[in-house]
Amino acid sequence: MHRIGVIGDQDSILGFKAIGMSVFPVEDSSQAEMILERLARENYAVVYITEQIAKDMEQAIDRYKDSMTPAVILIPSNQGSLGIGMRNLKKSVERAIGADILFRDA
Amino acid sequence: MEILNVNPTRMEMAKLKKRLAVARRGHKLLKDKRDELMKIFLEVVRRNKELREKVERLLTQAHQSFLVARAVMSVPVMEEALMFPKQTVELNVATANLMSVTVPKFSYATSVPRSDESDGGGDWDIFPYGLATTSSDLDASMQLLASALPLMLELAESEKTAQLLAQEIERTRRRVNALEHVLIPQLTETIRYITMKLEENERGNITRLMKVKDMMLEQTYRYRDRM
Repeated sequence: MHRIGVIGDQDSILGFKAIGMSVFPVEDSSQAEMILERLARENYAVVYITEQIAKDMEQAIDRYKDSMTPAVILIPSNQGSLGIGMRNLKKSVERAIGADILFRDA
Repeated sequence: MEILNVNPTRMEMAKLKKRLAVARRGHKLLKDKRDELMKIFLEVVRRNKELREKVERLLTQAHQSFLVARAVMSVPVMEEALMFPKQTVELNVATANLMSVTVPKFSYATSVPRSDESDGGGDWDIFPYGLATTSSDLDASMQLLASALPLMLELAESEKTAQLLAQEIERTRRRVNALEHVLIPQLTETIRYITMKLEENERGNITRLMKVKDMMLEQTYRYRDRM
């Protein structure tokens, strides 16, 4: 059995606690990196990170890109979406196909 | 194109021809694999894009209500309200095999302790707090989050699948390219080189024989003296 973790600033993630996820409020990305590392070792299959925090820890997140768990997924924080999640999707399209054929119009 | 460093012999050529046949077959297979992976990948990514848009929209709405709730309620009350979640999520990870890429499949079960029928318990009862001291915006936020949960998990699944597929496609593409542009031309070139070399040797041999024959005839009949 696996768990779901959420990392981000307190205001953005408190709500997720009520629907049964484990929340880890952090203030900056170095703290978040440490927690992410811990969660990866423990039994977390999915870790959601707010884009606000994630934007400064790309390397730490990319480390888990090619392993099956945990799936690190970016979510918008309460300051709105920064579009990083979409950009990452675009990046993996570019990685696979060599050209961006999905977001051309965007 | 560089040729391989081999001895130009028939043995070596036979070996190379075998290798070329294997390389050609591998190339074809990998190309098919790449095309199929690409097809699956595009489907996954399209779905992923849709899901991400949907989840981001839902979460933004939830954040808005949450912010309003945050504004009307004091911090301690808020924290108290959310301190003990009623619902727990059990996540199960199974694996699926997509073209020999192992991808995760998430399935989940939420355990909401159902309230008694008598107090009108319904499926809306995810709120871990009483309704007296909290703002209704918090309820709205909770409800949005709860409805986002299945989508979020689906998003996690498809995003991970997309990442893993991307990695596999990249690897397969590299192999296809290496075979197509390096190994196969190299092998064909080397085989050509050996064939030419062998033919050259053959020609050299024939000329030599002709020359020897001439010399022998010259010796026996002494053509030059008779002239």
